[in-house]
Amino acid sequence: MTAQTQAQDPDTGLAVEITGLTKSFGSLQVLRGIDLAVRPGEVVCIIGPSGSGKSTLLRCVNLLEEPNGGTVRVHGTELTHPDVDIDAARRQIGMVFQSFNLFAHLNVLNNLTVAQRKVLRRGQAEAEQVARANLAKVGLAEKAGAMPAQLSGGQQQRVAIARALSMDPKVMLFDEPTSALDPELVGDVLGVMRQLADEGMTMLVVTHEMQFARDVADRVLFMDGGVVVEEGPAAQVIGDPQHERTKSFLSRVLYPTHQGPSD
Amino acid sequence: MALSKRKRSQVIRGVQYAVLVIVVVLLALVANWGQIRRAFFNLSAAGEQFPEIISTALVNTIIYTALGFAFGLVVGLVLALMRLSSVGPYRWIATVYIEFFRGVPALLVFIAFGYGVPLAFQARFDNYTTVMLSLGLVGSAYMAETIRAGIQAVPKGQLEAARSLGMSRGRTMVTIVIPQAFRIILPPLTNELILLTKDSSLIYLLGLARDEYELAKFGREGLNTTGSLTPILLAGLCYLIITIPLSLLSRRLERRTGGRKVSSPESTGLEVSA
Ligand SMILES: Nc1ncnc2c1ncn2[C@@H]1O[C@H](COP(=O)(O)OP(=O)(O)OP(=O)(O)O)[C@@H](O)[C@H]1O
Ligand SMILES: [Mg+2]
Repeated sequence: MTAQTQAQDPDTGLAVEITGLTKSFGSLQVLRGIDLAVRPGEVVCIIGPSGSGKSTLLRCVNLLEEPNGGTVRVHGTELTHPDVDIDAARRQIGMVFQSFNLFAHLNVLNNLTVAQRKVLRRGQAEAEQVARANLAKVGLAEKAGAMPAQLSGGQQQRVAIARALSMDPKVMLFDEPTSALDPELVGDVLGVMRQLADEGMTMLVVTHEMQFARDVADRVLFMDGGVVVEEGPAAQVIGDPQHERTKSFLSRVLYPTHQGPSD
Repeated sequence: MALSKRKRSQVIRGVQYAVLVIVVVLLALVANWGQIRRAFFNLSAAGEQFPEIISTALVNTIIYTALGFAFGLVVGLVLALMRLSSVGPYRWIATVYIEFFRGVPALLVFIAFGYGVPLAFQARFDNYTTVMLSLGLVGSAYMAETIRAGIQAVPKGQLEAARSLGMSRGRTMVTIVIPQAFRIILPPLTNELILLTKDSSLIYLLGLARDEYELAKFGREGLNTTGSLTPILLAGLCYLIITIPLSLLSRRLERRTGGRKVSSPESTGLEVSA
């Protein structure tokens, strides 16, 4: 699979192309040379133990973290190039956070319109139309006037997804979008993400939801210690892992009750 | 036999009330009630103060304070942003400014302004401008620190969400961070306003004309002309007309922001992922 993607010309077709990505915080090297190529419409799930660098990798894709080395290209634009307009580049990359991060002082509708108006320079009417369409898509059309604090976690996360979609991104990044949710609210959010995947959105998803990864991901990456240890089709990596570290991680995640009282 | 816990706390409360009553009775016995009535509750002296104490003094106090507060808020915001700047000299200048004006009595600032500026610039601002500048400079040093704390209290996730939507640093500051910061600091800013209301009493040092008097100066003039302390009492009451509603407002805002933690999901989320 890697061989096939590497054979392609870097500027033709790939949605995300990461080569030799390294990142350190002080003396702690978190990413030790990541290579990843994502085709348009592909859904890639990233799994791995806590601290393995999953969030950091995702945050390097839209340069919320500045990589120390390597390149990141999104639809042909090299984000790591010194001359690139990073604000412009980020417009085509949606990001969904574990903690939702809805703008606390704005109601739902304004959460969805503010960047459309200030960044994309859309008019109020157009922005609102786009916002309402995306709210309807995540099943929250009736919450347009609500404040974030009045919504459940699941609703907040779906609004956050709608907010990112309102910018018409070409790629969506999800960093453990359901980890902060009560179990009964997880399904709604995953449902929206499934629908998005079915519509052909390119998605990079850090998740601990193995069932979701099995069902939706075209490819699964297992990360540990800042490197991609294993990657392949979901059924293969989750169902029949080859590496010892992958096996022990999966046994912990899939059968957590075997691990005693602490998580 | 030891008293039960409940019984004992009853006894302690009884003693506290007794002490209070004794102190009040003693003060009442010692005080010269005739003198107090003559000094503070002189009706004719009180009558002379009206309507100017309201129409001139109270109004001027409000105007001076509002001018100083508005100017101080703008300068304070700029200073706060300078303090948070990545450019070293901006940070140093702001720090020096803030430490200077917080460390020096407002009285000296007013004197320096009232006499120094005309000397230094060969020009005399009108009193309203001078008041706005001097009161604003004093207030801005305090407000800058409050505003900076407010900006830093906005969860980092808000900033990251804005940047990930393609907003620039400045746009994020203006559209997302500063509005939230001001919500957070509304209670302490209201307290700043109360302090500034009282500091406005120092501007008599600028040498005001009669129609420019604020409450404290007006009260002292009343004291001089009537020989009664009644005008002072009235001026004090007028301050309370301004400050007590502000104080109530501040407390209500504090309850509101404290009660419904607007930003709790973000802040806990950050702790988890950071
Ligand atoms: N801003 C930062 N400053 C310093 N160290 C950081 C920073 N962000 C992450 N790290 C460290 O980098 C390492 C990888 O962090 P990262 O958040 O990418 O892990 P993760 O795989 O997402 O873990 P989790 O599953 O717990 O979210 C951790 O050891 C973390 O402490
Ligand atoms: Mg993470």
